[in-house]
Formats: sequence, structure tokens, C-alpha cells
Amino acid sequence: MSRAFDARVDAALADRQLKIAVERTAGTAEAKRGAAIGAWPSFGAARERAAAIKDHVIANLGSYLVQFEASATASGATVHWAETADEACAIVVDICRKAGARSVARSKSMLGEEIGLPHALEAAGIGRVETDLAEHIIQLAGERPSHIIWPAMHKTREQVSALFHARHREPHVEESIVAMAASARRQLRGEMLGADVGISGANFLIADSGQVCTVTNEGNAELSLVPPRVHIVTAGIEKLVPSMDHAVHLLRLLARSATGAALTQYTTFYAGPKRAGDRDGPEEMHIVLVDNGRSAMRDEGLAEMLRCIRCGACMNHCVVFRQIGGHAYGGTYPGPMGSVLTPALDGLAANRDLPNACTMNGKCQEVCPVAIPLPTLLRGWREKSWREGLEPVTLRKGLGLWAWAARRPWVYRTGVRWAIRTMRLAGRGWIAKLPLAGGWTGGRDFPAPAAESFMDRYRKGER
Amino acid sequence: MSQDTPSRVALFVTCLVDAMRPRVGFAALRALADAGCAVVVPAAQTCCGQPALNSGDRATATDFARRNVAMLEGYDAIVVPSGSCAGTIRCHYPELLADDPEWAARAEAVAGKTWEILAYLDARGWRPQGVTLPATATYHDSCSGLRELGIKAQPRRLLGAVDGLDLVPLAGEETCCGFGGTFCVKYPAISNAIADEKAAAVEASGAGLLLAGDLGCLMNMAGKLHRRGAEVRAFHTIEVLAGMADGPAIGEDQ
Repeated sequence: MSRAFDARVDAALADRQLKIAVERTAGTAEAKRGAAIGAWPSFGAARERAAAIKDHVIANLGSYLVQFEASATASGATVHWAETADEACAIVVDICRKAGARSVARSKSMLGEEIGLPHALEAAGIGRVETDLAEHIIQLAGERPSHIIWPAMHKTREQVSALFHARHREPHVEESIVAMAASARRQLRGEMLGADVGISGANFLIADSGQVCTVTNEGNAELSLVPPRVHIVTAGIEKLVPSMDHAVHLLRLLARSATGAALTQYTTFYAGPKRAGDRDGPEEMHIVLVDNGRSAMRDEGLAEMLRCIRCGACMNHCVVFRQIGGHAYGGTYPGPMGSVLTPALDGLAANRDLPNACTMNGKCQEVCPVAIPLPTLLRGWREKSWREGLEPVTLRKGLGLWAWAARRPWVYRTGVRWAIRTMRLAGRGWIAKLPLAGGWTGGRDFPAPAAESFMDRYRKGER
Repeated sequence: MSQDTPSRVALFVTCLVDAMRPRVGFAALRALADAGCAVVVPAAQTCCGQPALNSGDRATATDFARRNVAMLEGYDAIVVPSGSCAGTIRCHYPELLADDPEWAARAEAVAGKTWEILAYLDARGWRPQGVTLPATATYHDSCSGLRELGIKAQPRRLLGAVDGLDLVPLAGEETCCGFGGTFCVKYPAISNAIADEKAAAVEASGAGLLLAGDLGCLMNMAGKLHRRGAEVRAFHTIEVLAGMADGPAIGEDQ
């Protein structure tokens, strides 16, 4: 593995607080999702339909994008197109500048993280207040999200409490979740309501109506939408669905898969800016449609990944994620879906560990609400890495030697005899330390092989 | 499949059983013979190619698929004492050879008659006769067998016919043990942390025996249990079913 990945993994495994924090949230999510799906006998059929909806849109993306642009424009919104992350950030910063914005109220969006929007706003000298509580926590801590649903999943509530005490103007006195939330509210409410521009992502873009759909559990997306004079939506082009019916179907899967709830606390559909006669709403509505590699993913064997509705179930159920948390992955998106996306977004050479650091146990695919064949896609990256010579030379040579022998049964049997003899030199029962196998014996004992192989004994007549 | 169907069965013993624990192969021979199968052990067999497949070396994996398809296509059934190796032949050979007009149909044919051994014996209606093992055991569902081949009820039905054996639940029985083939040595620290949690769950089950259907997972879990000082002993399920659980457990001198 690469030194950088190695170091991040070691740091994560050594962090007991991280383990506690991840286990609390992911463990709860796993149990609640299990109960919700268990109570939904037609889940299998529902996820097949969900996958079919997304596949249909992805196969016809061009026409749905054109339809969305027309309907969103008709509702009074301005649609912008960004091919790259930099273009998307430049468009957002430009809108903010034209609006004379000193500060923006931002609602959590993984697309925003993906394109580096927080950094771009900072570089442009525009203040940023995060309306999502967990995003506020990581903004205070100067960190990045470690989970796509719970950005501050890596922190225990005890750590968050200490952070609020250090950084809030009027921190909580009583140690309770309610008091901590009140502390954040005192800190943030005024800033949120005073922001000039609101920025959010989208869970779904509805082609026939030009509507944007967001789901939150805190109502914070609405705080970035209603009070500011200008609202900007940044969304990946794969967020399109043909109609509200389709969005509603996907919503049923999204909430249950993410948290086990039947529906998120707040589910909002909106289109266009404030109309004459409306009591409130933004005066300007901008929608920035971002490609950032998605078209290439569609055309280069990762079309199924564009089904993803960002529920987080794959990472909540991943044995690797549960051990190392989100930051160790090093990209915007962690877990199995991140291990597929990050090589596409940030390059394979620097991220070849991600598709390899997976046991291929298939749990992620089993729980995915849109049936993305994540292990197959991860294997696809492994194959590309092998073809491009990115895999370590020791592995290539070792596997090459093994494959050469395994094609020649007589040579192979000789090799097995030699290997058995060598291993038995180290011990006859449990071996605590085996030369060249420190990866195994560092944490586990190794069972010595029997004196003779099955094939040799069978050949000699043993039955 | 009825019990009196005479079948010419190839036993694909797997590279791990061959080199590490031949008892599993002999247990398989014994159970299959008891189930009325005429068993052949093809002499040219080495490995299913899974190490290449999961390392991304598709060309080598495809080459192994062709060689093994040619070796195995003449039999009525191919039986494998491993869910992940059986899964490689059943699920991945057809995919590896899908675009090869000469081999695609042959790979499909072999895949269609390849079985993990516990699923095969269960489907034949076989049950162990007169096998007694007074012990408490718990069962780990290895991932490939569970998710690629749907093996879940079969081993439990078979083990239910062993006299005196009490099967107790394992918390997180469907959670990966952290073996993952080459994963366990490529990313040993992560693998070790996963195995630790699995071992703790096995210990908490209170069982004296740990059973599963894949030797790799068993070696990983048993090795971790032994390092932790646990008393739990581990066997491949087919050893129990063949009445061979009176011999050395995994890690005991064979």
C-alpha cells in the first residue's frame, strides 16, 4: 500500500475515540435500516425499479438535461453549466460577487465538497456560515466531512461538546444534546438569517417541472433557501429524474437506507425564485449543473455508479469503513462508493489503494438501494490498475510466479511440497511468527499445514 | 436431484485445502461417497484463479477459467469445499469468458453444474447418518458463499442432523471476518482489526466450536481466536458432517 494511505489507516486504527464515534452512528444506522427494510417486503422490487429509473435517466441524460433546463428556466431560474469543478466554483463565486455577497449560508452538499466550494469561497473572501449542524462542527474544527450523511461522524458528542466550549460565544452549561444544539443555534441563527446568498445542493432535479428536491433532518436547506436574496443550487448532472413520481419512489429508498426512517424530517420541492404575490423566497435562483467527470464515468464503464443517491448505506455496512472511518480514504467520498468514485475524480495512480482495500464481501451491493454492483466496479479499478502497471512490483512478480507454476501441475505440486516443508520448519501446530508472512502473524497465529498435500496423498491411494 | 441419481462428480479440492488441510478434502470424499456419488479428483487441478481475479490480473484469471472449464466440463457435477472458489467458477468464469465465442457457452455449462459442497449435499437430500458430536458450535456465513451462491440454510440443515450438536447463534454471523484472500496480507492492520471483532463475537457466543464452509476464513478466525487465547476450536463444516471432528482442529498438529 502507499505510504500516505498506510499512515492514514494507522492513525485511524489507533484512534479509540474514532472507533467509538463511528460505531455509535453506523451501528445505529445499520440496526434501524435493517428494521425498516425488514418491514418492507417489496424492497427488492422497489430497488429494481429505482435502479431502472436511474439507468433510464443516465442513458438519456442529454434529453433530460435539456428538458430540465427548459422547465427550470420557465420557472424563472437561471441554469448554468459547468464541465469542471473549477468552472463550477467560478460560476458560484461570480454570482456571489454580482450579488455583493459578504457572506453565504450554505446547506450541506457533497457536490459542494467535491468541487471544493468551501475553499473557493474562502479564497474569494466570502464568509461562509454552515447551516447543517455537523458541517458547522467540522467548520469549527477545520476538518473535512468523514461521511456523506453525517459529516462529523468521526467525532463523539463529548468531543463536540469540548469544541463548542472552546469556540462558541455562549456555550452550553448543561451537558446534553439539547443544550449543545441550543448553543449552536445561538451561535448561528443570526448569521444564517443575515446571509446575502444561500447555497445548497440537490437530492433530485425534476426534469418535467424544473423543481429541485432537498432532504434534511434539520430544516437547514430551507434556511439557505428562503431568507437570502439569492439562492444557488449546485448539483451533479446525475441527480435528474423524469418526474416527481420518480423522485418520490427514490425518496422512499433514500431515507430508509440512510437512517431507517420512512421519510426525512424535511423534504422540500421548489422551483424558481419568489413570484409576484409570494410571501417569501429568493429574488434570484441559480442552478449550476456540474459534470466534473460524470459524462466520462458514464462512457467509461462506471455508468452504474451514477445511480448512486448518496444514502451512505454502503459505508455504514462496510467492515473496512467501520474500522478506519471516512478520513482515511483521503477523498471527498469515503467507503465503497467513495472507493469507486475517488479514482474517477482524483485519479487512479494516487488512489489505487482504495479499490484494493476491500475484502470483496459484497455487503455494500446487498444493501445498496439502487443495486450498484460495487464489488464489480471496484474489481474494474483493480484491473485498470494492473493493466497500467500501478500495482507493486512484488505483487506482480509473486502472482506471476504463482500463475506460471499453477499452469503446470507437476511444477505446482513440487512448489507445494517445498512450501509445506518450509512452513513446517517454523512449527507444527500454531505458528506465532512466520518469515515473510508478518502481515498474517503480526495479529494472528498461523496454522501449520499437514505434512503432505491432499493431491500427493490422494495420488498414493489414500481415501 | 434425488438421492439415487448416480453422478460422476469431480471434486475441485481448492489450493488452500490441498496445501494446508487435506482432511477437508478427505472429508469431502467421504461425505460424497456416502451420498452415492462416484467421485473423481481431476489430477491436473491446481487453483480456480481467484488470486489473479481479485488482484486485477484479468488475463491470468481468464486463462485459469479456460483451463479449468476444459478440465471440468466432462463431469456431471463439480463440487467444491469452498463458497468463494465455487463462486469464482459459477459467477466469474462466465463473466470472464462472456465475449469469447468459443468459450462462453462452455463456461456457462460448467458454471451451471458447479456446486459448493454443503449446498450440493443438501440439494441431494443427503443427511449425515449416525454422526455424533456432543458439542456447542456456532456458524459463520462466509461472504462469497452467502452472497454469490445464497448458502445460508443448507449448512444449518445438515448440521441439524448431527446428534448431540447444539448450534448457537453468532452475533454478526453475516459480517465479513476480514480475510478477503490477499486482502489479509495486503492490508494486515485493517484485516486484523476486523478479525478481532469477529473473534470477540465468536467468544461471546459461548460456543466451543467454530464452523464455516471456507478454509481461508476459518484459518483467519481460528488464528485470531488462538492469538487472543480463546479456547474455541475450528473445523470446516464438512469435517463435522463426515464424522471427522474427532481429529485435530485447525491449528492443532495434523
